[in-house]
Amino acid sequence: MNIFSDLCGFMKHRKKYWMLPIILTLLAIGALVVLGGTSAVAPFIYALF
Amino acid sequence: MARLILGISAFYHDSAAALLCDGDIVAAAQEERFTRRKHDPSFPANAVRHVLREAGVTTMDQLEAVAFYDKPFLKFERLLETYHAFAPRGLKSFLKAIPIWIKEKLFIRKLIQDELAPLCPGHVPLLFPEHHLSHAASAFFPSPFESAAILTIDGVGEWATTTIGVGSGNSIRILRQLDFPHSLGLFYSACTHYCGFKVNSGEYKLMGLAPYGDPDSPQTREWRHLILDEILDLREDGSLLLNMDYFAYATGLTMCHNARWERLFGIRRREKETELTQPYMNLALAVQQVTEEVVLRMARTAKELTGESRLVMAGGVALNCVANGRILRSGLFEDLWIQPAAGDAGGALGAAYAAHHVWQGEERRVNRCRDQMKGAYLGPGYASGEILMAARRWGAPCVAYDDFDRLCADVAESLAAGQAVGWFQGRMEYGPRALGHRSILADPRNEEMQRRLNLKIKYREGFRPFAPAVLEEDIGEYFDLDRPSPYMLLVAPVKEERRKPLPDGFPQRSLWERLYHIRSDIPAVTHVDFSARIQSVNRDVSERFWKLIRAFKDRTGFGLLVNTSFNVRGEPIVCSPEDAYRCFMRTDMDLLVMENCVFRKEDQPPPQDLANWQATYELD
Repeated sequence: MNIFSDLCGFMKHRKKYWMLPIILTLLAIGALVVLGGTSAVAPFIYALF
Repeated sequence: MARLILGISAFYHDSAAALLCDGDIVAAAQEERFTRRKHDPSFPANAVRHVLREAGVTTMDQLEAVAFYDKPFLKFERLLETYHAFAPRGLKSFLKAIPIWIKEKLFIRKLIQDELAPLCPGHVPLLFPEHHLSHAASAFFPSPFESAAILTIDGVGEWATTTIGVGSGNSIRILRQLDFPHSLGLFYSACTHYCGFKVNSGEYKLMGLAPYGDPDSPQTREWRHLILDEILDLREDGSLLLNMDYFAYATGLTMCHNARWERLFGIRRREKETELTQPYMNLALAVQQVTEEVVLRMARTAKELTGESRLVMAGGVALNCVANGRILRSGLFEDLWIQPAAGDAGGALGAAYAAHHVWQGEERRVNRCRDQMKGAYLGPGYASGEILMAARRWGAPCVAYDDFDRLCADVAESLAAGQAVGWFQGRMEYGPRALGHRSILADPRNEEMQRRLNLKIKYREGFRPFAPAVLEEDIGEYFDLDRPSPYMLLVAPVKEERRKPLPDGFPQRSLWERLYHIRSDIPAVTHVDFSARIQSVNRDVSERFWKLIRAFKDRTGFGLLVNTSFNVRGEPIVCSPEDAYRCFMRTDMDLLVMENCVFRKEDQPPPQDLANWQATYELD
């Protein structure tokens, strides 16, 4: 998938390989969350994320 | 073959689209104007459709590139590092934010491609210039300067919250950068929140409230010192460190730790829509004074680093026109140009410019006499014929003038008689200000006009000031300003000889006493500190608006009008004739002029949708 090559390119460029396990874990958890149907509507008052 | 580039800002706030053709702006518009949802963050499908239609683009293959206004992965990196740095604080925010990223924002390339596909099929390179590069590009490339210092200040992009750079020819170099969480924009937003206004739209209100603060009060002086001693560590070069003990935005879902602010200032956070008392006005003034000091120091550093004699600015803080006026009066730079869509909406234009000049390396053409923004009139326009057909559909009687000069003379007479006029002409403005194409206009000499416009027409807070639109050649007759201010982004004092003396103890009087005291011979546009947020109107850029003001001058001797945006509180500025007619009928406006068609309120049938219409718009 493009997203993985994009992310790998980004981490290589920024030399931030420590992000890899976090991203993989999050993607795994995220898949569960998404499959679970949790709303992804932003609850923020200022759009920082 | 023409080189077309589409710029997009989306998914945070103020989504917009802009289209460049060989470096020339074809069209630009904000999504909120079409969807009627203020600060709409959704993908700007309507705005994209509009800008592509203006250029006759039907397939993506006609475009050189699509440029999105920030780098999503870099923003994600900032999120992860911030959560890591503050852990275990921020767990709740983390659990809210991450699903959004996992579900959507990490896949933004696909998201954009999917959204564009039904609008315009085909394949095109997708670029992601940095957020502050987009701001810098939106400030420098359309400016009338060959080279300039560049200052961008906002809440936050990816990491950067402020950058200083230099632009020359078709290149931009970023020289200094201040990173999250230390942000002047977020500091101002936190103060906005504490004073009971809505973050992301109430900043303007805080700025408008500041002149009601008492500059000689010990409280104002003490709070200014408290801010600088406890909250914001300001360095000589304008860089700053925020004391994060006072701010919650890095890890929480609110702007500030209210209890700590309460302990520091001794006043509670003001609840929305409650009475505005003097302490909040004094706090607004202290915050504004600190903000101006920071911006001025940043501008001084930009001057020292670049040696340039001109400055360009963008980012949400560049909409703080009082601070801009301070930079101008400081004499640091010979000239100053500010992107009229300085907030995130302008990022769409900046991203497109960055793609054209930085990525493609295209040469830049500079017109030293005029910027490239075309008056910021870059949105949709409607012909008189369309408006007449719509009027028939609505059953709305109107008079269609053949002679526009005659129309101006008649409208000027109505204005001079105290009527409020909805003025809808040509292409809609790009950016937050109405500049005479989607405006409500009135007589600035009228002593009751500020109250009437605020309470009966705009339905907004009574303290809020109004801006004058003045013939460019007449600026010096009314204001201490020696140059044009076409985008309402400079504040300058009303001329001394036009002012009326203030009674003793004026700063200590109540807000309403001060507000309704007649301060000059143009009271509706003179703020309590004798300042005015000026729009100068150039005949070549906005001929119809210029002609109307000229007709008003012929009638009254005054070459200026009150100019406020054509909307009510919480509503985006009107876009289409339908929006304008609906707004006209719901408010106390007396006259609506759309192109050559004049609608008088007394001729109109009663509106059908008056019940509870204000609930349509969330208060800003």
